[in-house]
Amino acid sequence: MARTVAAFKVDYFQFLKPDGTLVHDQQIPALARDLKRLVELYKLMVLTRTFDKKAITLQRTGKIGTYASSLGHEAAHIAVGAAMKDEDCLAPSYREYGAQFYRGVKLTDVLLYWGGDERGNDFEIPRHDFAWCVPIATQCLHAAGAAMAFKLRKETRVAVAIVGDGGSSKGDFLEAINAGSAWKLPLVLVIVNNQWAISVPRSKQNKASTLAQKGIAGGLPSIQVDGNDLIACVWAMEKAVNAARQGKGAFVIEMLTYRLGDHTTADDARRYRPAEEVEQAWDNEPIKRLRAYLINQGAWDDQKEEALNVECKEWVQQAADEYFDIIENDPQPVTAMFDHMFEQLPHDLVEQRALAERYADDGGHH
Amino acid sequence: MAAITLIEGVTMALARAMQDDPAVVVLGEDVGVNGGVFRATAGLHERFGDERVIDTPLAEVMIAGMSVGMAAHGMKPVAEAQFCGFSIPMLDHIFCHASRMRNRTRGRLSCPMVLRFPSGGGIHAPELHSESPETLFGHIPGLRVVIPSSPSRAYGLLLAAIRDPDPVIFMEPKRIYRWQKEEVADDGEELPLDVCYTLRDGSDLTLVTWGAMVKETLAAADQLEGEGISVEVIDVATVKPLDMDTIVESVERTGRCVIVQEAPRHCGLAAEIAASLADIGIWNLHAPVKRVCGYDVVMPLYRNEMKYMPSVKRIVDAAQQVLEVS
Repeated sequence: MARTVAAFKVDYFQFLKPDGTLVHDQQIPALARDLKRLVELYKLMVLTRTFDKKAITLQRTGKIGTYASSLGHEAAHIAVGAAMKDEDCLAPSYREYGAQFYRGVKLTDVLLYWGGDERGNDFEIPRHDFAWCVPIATQCLHAAGAAMAFKLRKETRVAVAIVGDGGSSKGDFLEAINAGSAWKLPLVLVIVNNQWAISVPRSKQNKASTLAQKGIAGGLPSIQVDGNDLIACVWAMEKAVNAARQGKGAFVIEMLTYRLGDHTTADDARRYRPAEEVEQAWDNEPIKRLRAYLINQGAWDDQKEEALNVECKEWVQQAADEYFDIIENDPQPVTAMFDHMFEQLPHDLVEQRALAERYADDGGHH
Repeated sequence: MAAITLIEGVTMALARAMQDDPAVVVLGEDVGVNGGVFRATAGLHERFGDERVIDTPLAEVMIAGMSVGMAAHGMKPVAEAQFCGFSIPMLDHIFCHASRMRNRTRGRLSCPMVLRFPSGGGIHAPELHSESPETLFGHIPGLRVVIPSSPSRAYGLLLAAIRDPDPVIFMEPKRIYRWQKEEVADDGEELPLDVCYTLRDGSDLTLVTWGAMVKETLAAADQLEGEGISVEVIDVATVKPLDMDTIVESVERTGRCVIVQEAPRHCGLAAEIAASLADIGIWNLHAPVKRVCGYDVVMPLYRNEMKYMPSVKRIVDAAQQVLEVS
């Protein structure tokens, strides 16, 4: 008989059910009773969704370029932001606005970035977070590198990378797991599994029963949570971030959610995804669920909801106005494409910069 | 002051940079206890310890990606790809991140990393150990690309590369790692990252080359000199930014130029130099510019590799063709 030399299990955590009531069979995290904090997080979820809707409208009307929606991911994203300290470092992919808003990135920055202006990546805060990462999963290794820097300098800071289910197929993700394991890095890898890698469903990506188990294969504690349950997401993130901060090494969290929108505004999910599936997914979505819980707890009502919606629309409009103001009244000059290539402009670029300046008024076609 | 080889110049620069700046760390496969497969990092692990001379798991993408992350967070990683062929998986992080980190964040983050690797053929190595990918890297905006061809230039250029606030690709011509010894002072003096070196002065012909081909080019110059031809030899040393001024100034005097490149010809650095010569100084040319390059083929396995490489005879023949034009 073969001897079992290793075996594994993956624990799944859900505290708040889709109907907004708490589960009975588990110890409920303290956050569930911290209604004040939950209301704050709820507000940010609604703001993020209001922003998302506005950004899509701006894209449809030609005011920004291709935009990657975060619709349906609000609990997962905001939980990531909520569990991190300012000095920690986030390495997002390209749709984790909720996490970034929590950390201080401005709504206007998102519009600038997707509106084709590099200044969108020049966050006022947090200065040390990585920029949006369009190549898939490479940010996992940047976070591992940041975590290595923190560890070498003996700073109690944590680096967090967010990757999708699609990205978890990439070597970069697996190499980041390996790095976190080899050096016991203060690193948290979050897989926001929204079930779709553009048009390729989770079932076609691989036959593993969870994506979290990829972390276990690399020697990291790894769990799966309901990614539409804000309480579970924050709880898992805090557990992982605290462990990493205490020198216990890296952690993998798979958050199960659903991409309610298209992959980006350049995509049309109706081509490959049954409408019924999306309809069902709406029953599980995170905002409705938390709202039901807060109402049950007496911490929320229709009046507050209405006021919040008005407020969110105002904030989002302000961000859009600020964005319009910047691109219309303070556009980047042609020289801006040269001036950040190097700390000091090399001689070949000095020459090309002058050339570009001479032709600055050309190429005005859009 | 001891006479040292090119690779010892690399080691000396690494040690110096690490001693001067605690942010400098060396990472790669077998760079620690083993001191690197060519011994470029010999003695560093003993001296600076595990945390600064980091043996990585066998994962090139990890080495490159983590270097990007470390560099963006205050470290100065000097990453090693064990051989040129293994720099290819790293291209993703170099192209997509290292080279554009500063630009895409408007200077909020930067990427002061060095990727160094042995390049070129001629040491009877296995497949994918003998390529010359300087053009792949040289074509990427946001990088500096350096190839030293002497012990002192290895030392001075590597120091400059490590201290530079932006990413530098540092290609080491392994065929001449131990070719020549030179007395090099460990004085911490760096060399500029945008200057060519005139290795010998001449008035009839300019030979331009870089990396290990400096060896054959100098031999060709000797042979031509024996035939009464005065040959100037320029070592490009810094592929990007390219110091065309030195080359143009030389060709203005000699009126004739042959460019010698180990890499395949198509889209190579030799083509860039030839095009720039045509652009800037065609009226100073007395003859067409010739290129002597590797062939546009897959680098052959070692039994045929020397037949791939530009030989002294090919260089001399090209020079004579250029000299025949009156």
